[in-house]
Amino acid sequence: MTESTLEKKPAPRASGAAFILKKAAISALVALVLFSLMIGVRTEAGPQGGLIYWTRFGDLAAIVAAVFGGSIIIELLRQWWGPADKVRVVPPAVQNALSLAGRLLAPALLIFTFLVPVIFYDQRYILDLAILVLTYVMLGWGLNVVVGLAGLLDLGYVAFYAVGAYSYALLATNFGLSFWVCLPLAGILAAFWGVLLGFPVLRLRGDYLAIVTLAFGEIIRLVIINWQSLTGGPNGVSGIPRPTLFGIPLTPGEDGLAARLGIEFSPTHRIVFLFYLILALALLTNWVTIRLRRLPIGRAWEALREDEVACRALGINTTTTKLTAFATGAMFGGFAGAFFATRQGFISPESFTFQESALVLAIVVLGGMGSQLGVALAALAMIGGFELFRGLDQYRMLVFGLAMVLLMIWRPRGLIGHRAPTVYLERSQAISSDLVKEGHG
Amino acid sequence: MSETILSVDRLSMRFGGIVAVNDLSFDAGRRKITALIGPNGAGKTTVFNCITGFYKPSGGSIALTHDDGKTIQLERLNDFRISKQARVARTFQNIRLFPGMTALENLMVAQHNALMRASGLTFLGLIGAPSWRSAEARAIDLARTWLTRIGLLDRADDAAGNLPYGDQRRLEIARAMCTEPALLCLDEPAAGLNARESAALSELLLSIRSEFGTSILLIEHDMSVVMEISDHVVVMDYGVKIAEGTPRSVRDDPKVIAAYLGADEEEAIAVMESGT
Amino acid sequence: MDYFAQQLINGLVLGSIYGLIAIGYTMVYGIVGMINFAHGDIFMIGGFIALISFLVLVSLGLTAIPLVLFVVLLVSMAITALYGWTVERIAYRPLRHSFRLAPMLSAIGMSFVLTNFSQIAQGARVKPVPPIITGGYTLHEGPGGFVVQLSNIQIIVVLATIVLLALFTWLVSRTRLGRDMRACEQDQTMAALLGVDVDRTISMTFVIGAALAAVAGMMYLLYYGLVDFFMGFVAGIKAFTAAVLGGIGSLPGAMLGGLAIGLIETFWSAYFSVEYKDVAAFSILIVVLIFLPTGLLGRPEVEKV
Repeated sequence: MTESTLEKKPAPRASGAAFILKKAAISALVALVLFSLMIGVRTEAGPQGGLIYWTRFGDLAAIVAAVFGGSIIIELLRQWWGPADKVRVVPPAVQNALSLAGRLLAPALLIFTFLVPVIFYDQRYILDLAILVLTYVMLGWGLNVVVGLAGLLDLGYVAFYAVGAYSYALLATNFGLSFWVCLPLAGILAAFWGVLLGFPVLRLRGDYLAIVTLAFGEIIRLVIINWQSLTGGPNGVSGIPRPTLFGIPLTPGEDGLAARLGIEFSPTHRIVFLFYLILALALLTNWVTIRLRRLPIGRAWEALREDEVACRALGINTTTTKLTAFATGAMFGGFAGAFFATRQGFISPESFTFQESALVLAIVVLGGMGSQLGVALAALAMIGGFELFRGLDQYRMLVFGLAMVLLMIWRPRGLIGHRAPTVYLERSQAISSDLVKEGHG
Repeated sequence: MSETILSVDRLSMRFGGIVAVNDLSFDAGRRKITALIGPNGAGKTTVFNCITGFYKPSGGSIALTHDDGKTIQLERLNDFRISKQARVARTFQNIRLFPGMTALENLMVAQHNALMRASGLTFLGLIGAPSWRSAEARAIDLARTWLTRIGLLDRADDAAGNLPYGDQRRLEIARAMCTEPALLCLDEPAAGLNARESAALSELLLSIRSEFGTSILLIEHDMSVVMEISDHVVVMDYGVKIAEGTPRSVRDDPKVIAAYLGADEEEAIAVMESGT
Repeated sequence: MDYFAQQLINGLVLGSIYGLIAIGYTMVYGIVGMINFAHGDIFMIGGFIALISFLVLVSLGLTAIPLVLFVVLLVSMAITALYGWTVERIAYRPLRHSFRLAPMLSAIGMSFVLTNFSQIAQGARVKPVPPIITGGYTLHEGPGGFVVQLSNIQIIVVLATIVLLALFTWLVSRTRLGRDMRACEQDQTMAALLGVDVDRTISMTFVIGAALAAVAGMMYLLYYGLVDFFMGFVAGIKAFTAAVLGGIGSLPGAMLGGLAIGLIETFWSAYFSVEYKDVAAFSILIVVLIFLPTGLLGRPEVEKV
């Protein structure tokens, strides 16, 4: 059905108060049935081991009432906002202003990021949060190579994060290797695992690929949990050495950085150092990705996402193209993992669950697949938003899940859906997301 | 130097119990345009898929002889090597461009293997070595030349998926040519084109043959194109060859007329009327 | 040999439960082409509702266990089906014709919602129930004193699975709804043009899938005697693995895959190591897909050029 026929169709008599009330009543009824047992009755293991239960009809009534009220509000908002299909015409002046703001956004964001430790020097909490956000920005950019550029769905990305973290943790605690030696090793090992995962999934498509990558992530996690002699099992690895500034530790001791510079030691130095370390790693990821996109390998990744058959007809080895995408993405995941290990000083399998993979994938998809800026914004929104709800405590994951659903419905193609060409003759113009394929892998 | 670039010998392709191509033999001449025609379902695209490595033939051989006399058995190569090593390029019946990439990018992807070497398997390119920069500039020049040739220079930076149908067809041919093929296989290049566009296509194909010395093998239903540009025509029906020869001799062949009449009256009339 | 026979029985029972969940995955995949990540959590919800309704009924003074179980089955199927319907309505229908990854992310979000909803509503602790169905048959008593046993609950699980499977096959192949479902699977636009109510058919698919998951949840509760809010994740992944192993989109494939995963897991635990049973299941999935990229009973994908 075209836009115009939709517009011309007379609005059905569906705006009256009776309609809204009926709809709200149905919603409330559904909620009543859904929650009758799950909320109305609370079970718990009793003191003698048997089960006991008590009723919470008050809570149930409150929730059903909330659904009734919420449903009315949503319906009113919907009518006020008009049909979702309606194309909203943005005036050209606003469009120009928006596009200018868009161009300035990335540099402004970058400058602000550089200044974060200066502005928030005394606020340890904000610095920690900024480090966390940057870690996810880096993970998002790494996964973006696989999902956004090559169009290969990877639900087990956390496996490479884990490989990187454990590589550094084990090499450092067992052999005393320094962070700067281990960082490339962690990347290489993760890339190696990326290729290893790549081989079996080469022939797979779509959801088969999704489930195999998911299974792979779980296998890595289960092996880490069960191979106790190597990994410490569920107890994890502790006492992971902190990073040094090329050999100079950031400690209060005599050979520490503060003593050498002749300034007073402060634990914040290390946090600031970690901040710039992850910022450098993330920017490296970004720089390499942007460079790769303009090289034949990056174009082959995007071409693979667009049409694999055409790639083969043009003499592109799709096997190595896919494997390099997996390896590159995994390598960045490995770097991020090594950073995570050195920052925490302690790692355990709990940090590498499927939830992490889902979170990073959500960042990539919400960012707009393939868009570097979009991924950074999405990481900021997701991790920052998640922190905002810290006060909600146990409701946090619930809100997070709901937010994921709503964000996908609001922007299925992500915050920045259009694609920027990698090369141009006259001028670079953004390509609408309707044309850009998602890949089938 | 052999006069034959492609020699298909007793090619067979079976899918389960269905025989799509049965014992087909024909040759395609060097620097010649060979047309493969026949009613719908005759097995033409299957032959193409065997030649370009998308299917592994059930039997028979396909030999490609390059200008230097080297012969490659195509049935032993798999997918991307046909294009990379044997230098056989193809287009598709239902256009397969990269719709989300610009016209220019499409032509750059086509030069992947050459650029991959020039970028030192990415490493030289990553550090921005001068040799890579000049190779990239040359690749853009080649793309620009082809865009000019197909009249799409002013749309170089538009997404391929946004181009009109006829432009997409020409862009796909240009993309195949950017792989610098010895043999160009075109699957119904004139499908969906109007008379003017068809004429332009004929001109483009003739110029490709004369300027680049590329041999062309094409499947086509548009008889005006076939009659105008082909040097040699092979007619298939039900997976077997029923006739072969010059466009004129094929057109008058009673077996060919019967095949088209049996399949589709309009097509038979088109065959008989075209060129007369 | 006796040990083997006992493990075979255990594996088939576990496999039946996986198979019931896997059918939900395979049905939804067949009709809307997406992985319903929340399906494992629907199974968990089914287990919880069975537990709560059982508790309530018993404390209301109902003592005839078969009757109680029958009512519990109906209640948990009905309420869980409504959960399936609601999830589709809220999280998937707005994204019906959207890009492929959006519904998948939405489904993952929904899975988080259901898991955490259960945790908040019913607490994080494992909920144990005393054995409700006891007794069984001794099939064989070996010379070493090893006894091969077939418990009543095992019989019930397998019987319920067979009955449901028969009912379900009849539904898909003989009824109007089944025909509509198969039509939507082939071509939704064409089905809609021919008068099939696509929205309703898809909703019904989710409802049926959720009802089967509820049965699986109840069987799990009766068989293992516990539920907890996190059990949906692992069971969901295994059941999806089963669906893929059997060839996603194929109903007999889902059951076959479920049995295969159940047997692999049981035998691996019995003969090798319990810790690595999940690793074994996933590894076999990967190996099978390398050689049979579309699963055991999946239709091979013909590449159209």
